[in-house]
Amino acid sequence: MLSKKNLQLNDNGDLHHLLAIEGLPKRIIERILDTAESFVGINEREVKVVPLLRGKSIFNIFFENSTRTRTTFEIAAKRLSADVVSLDVGRSSTNKGETILDTIANLTAMHADMFVVRHNESGAPYLIAQHAAPHVHVVNAGDGRHEHPTQGLLDVFTIRRYKKDFTRLTVAIVGDVLHSRVARSQIHALTTLGVPEVRVIGPRTLLPADIERLGVRVFTSLEEGLKGVDVVTMLRLQNERMAGALLPSASEYFSRYGLTPQKLALAKPDAIVLHPGPMNRGVEIDSAVADGNQSVILPQVTYGIAVRMAVMAILAGATR
Amino acid sequence: MKIAIRKGRVIDPASKFDAVADVFIAAGKIVAIGEPPADWRSARDINADGCVVAPGLVDLAVHVKRGTLTTEIAAAAAGGVTSMVCSPDTDPVLDEPGLVDMLRLRAQSFHSTHLHPLGALTKALAGVQLAELCKLSLAGCIGFAQADRGVADTQVLLRAMQYAATFDFSVWLQPQDIHLANNGVAHEGEVASRLGLVGIPSSAEIVALATHLELARVTGVHLHVCRVSTTEGVAMIRAAKLNAIKVTADVAINHLHLIDLDIGHFDSNYRLSPPLRTARDRDALRAGVIDGTINAIVSDHTPRPEDTKQLPFGEAAPGASGLETLLSLTLRFAESAKLPMIEALGLITHHAASAAGLPAGRVAVDAVADFCVFDPGAYRLVTKASFKSAGKNSPFLGYELPGVVRATITAGHIAYEAAA
Repeated sequence: MLSKKNLQLNDNGDLHHLLAIEGLPKRIIERILDTAESFVGINEREVKVVPLLRGKSIFNIFFENSTRTRTTFEIAAKRLSADVVSLDVGRSSTNKGETILDTIANLTAMHADMFVVRHNESGAPYLIAQHAAPHVHVVNAGDGRHEHPTQGLLDVFTIRRYKKDFTRLTVAIVGDVLHSRVARSQIHALTTLGVPEVRVIGPRTLLPADIERLGVRVFTSLEEGLKGVDVVTMLRLQNERMAGALLPSASEYFSRYGLTPQKLALAKPDAIVLHPGPMNRGVEIDSAVADGNQSVILPQVTYGIAVRMAVMAILAGATR
Repeated sequence: MKIAIRKGRVIDPASKFDAVADVFIAAGKIVAIGEPPADWRSARDINADGCVVAPGLVDLAVHVKRGTLTTEIAAAAAGGVTSMVCSPDTDPVLDEPGLVDMLRLRAQSFHSTHLHPLGALTKALAGVQLAELCKLSLAGCIGFAQADRGVADTQVLLRAMQYAATFDFSVWLQPQDIHLANNGVAHEGEVASRLGLVGIPSSAEIVALATHLELARVTGVHLHVCRVSTTEGVAMIRAAKLNAIKVTADVAINHLHLIDLDIGHFDSNYRLSPPLRTARDRDALRAGVIDGTINAIVSDHTPRPEDTKQLPFGEAAPGASGLETLLSLTLRFAESAKLPMIEALGLITHHAASAAGLPAGRVAVDAVADFCVFDPGAYRLVTKASFKSAGKNSPFLGYELPGVVRATITAGHIAYEAAA
């Protein structure tokens, strides 16, 4: 087998693209989290803009539609004073037969410095990173079922704000792990940061084959899996999953895997609840939990901007 | 034309002949090995000093389209392949005698490879209605296949096998349950789970193969299992042979070298059908080749235009270009598996021909003069530019491989000669 070099790092070991959490050294994750900490303050000021990326052009290229993620990337880029253009390619050029690489070549010709890419196919950002001009940075904003690294980073950033020491935590990730890029990124982020026990909980139809090889404990009972955990991440369950043979119905799913106050009581009393959004209330999570005092779902959204600012600033080399 | 191949190491896997000898060719046949016939006068002497003079290679799995026949026949010649079995999933599908005639006539006009088409087992490969097997056979089809489409309706499959058995036609099936493989792009397991790729479980092969073997047993048809890829599949074929089921099998050379981990950063050159599986499966396939459970190694040559591979892994077209690397990769396999070269060559010549019922793959007096003359000690670097095939899609780009073809002779005609 030929060597497959780490695409994300440059020859000095610095971050050049953010494509996945898997394979990122701990020092880089910690640097992103520390940098994000300094941006939280900026976001709370009256003037929320710093000139770190003045003159840089960032293109948000969304081959798959997303309002929330795209918006937070836009806000993050604007707060760093970058010029931002967002393209919903999903509905335009690729439908006319233009390939991904054509789209990227065209945008590169417009002197882009950074691409923020979302695509419904796993690995699409790698293809782009492999063909991008050497000075261009690529940020994966979610690729298929593979990874959503900035979401994984904002999840661990949120956990760190509430829990401090990763090496003493038990974290449960609940629901549709099979289709979830959020779950994969969070698992890698947590294990890299030294969390001793990461659990995944779900029915067999929603757990990927050999998932325990990622260093997680597998539970099929929500009650068993939640016992004594410090952090619960609920995954979104999309309605289309009910169409086939994965699950019989939303209500049966909720009866076994929905997070209610009673089930949450099995976790540690100070456990926190995360959700990457958008939530399906009454499908994977009860409103009493989503809006309850253990929920940190809205702080996640706030921190998401700081984390994305940190990633862009580090990639552009502005903090060096 | 009278040709003499001088001073080469002649290897005939069928008779286990392995010695330095001169070979004499006239009127498309081998007329003598060792001493020349009386009054011999060569029109052409090929110096094979230091080279192996092997039977022309027999490749049981080649995908060609009519539009790319010129380049792919040149690729076969450059790869030492003198007989190739073509899958029926051309465009249009080979389900009518006229189409088969056209393909064979075009191929014959090149005088450089024997092209043996497989006919479609069912019309348009749709798995609903039988194709006209007898007419297709008369047009030159050597067996009947479903390419990678399968037959979802098991009653249709049973009938097709019964009908084929009536006329002693062989049925070539790639065992993959189309429902279990649905949308899958990589072997279901740790690697696909990490990469977020939709998996094709081993059970997709096992379930289909169980069905195929049972129907072969019931109907008595000769079943050729195409591209076995799993540990369990090899074991099932081994057991079926012990139970006197008429079954032969092949494996793609890619699967004897590569595993799912090699996909690396979503490299679409590693998107193959069946998918690359685990190291355990690769080892079982190697063992199956060595103990004779698997009859033949094939290239599964699938040339793809560059733009169908420059896509995210799941959208990229499956398959790899293989005619020009079959020999080198087989030699490399033999080297690493400590298999004598004569046995390895048998898997891409005589044994392959026997499995397909083809009169090829021999170096013997009166046999058709098909040869692959190669230098076993020379190495070549695999690059896109090195391919004559229209398909530059190879998982082995950048590899340095043993074995360089010096000359290819098909029915006494020099189909390829490397520049000196």
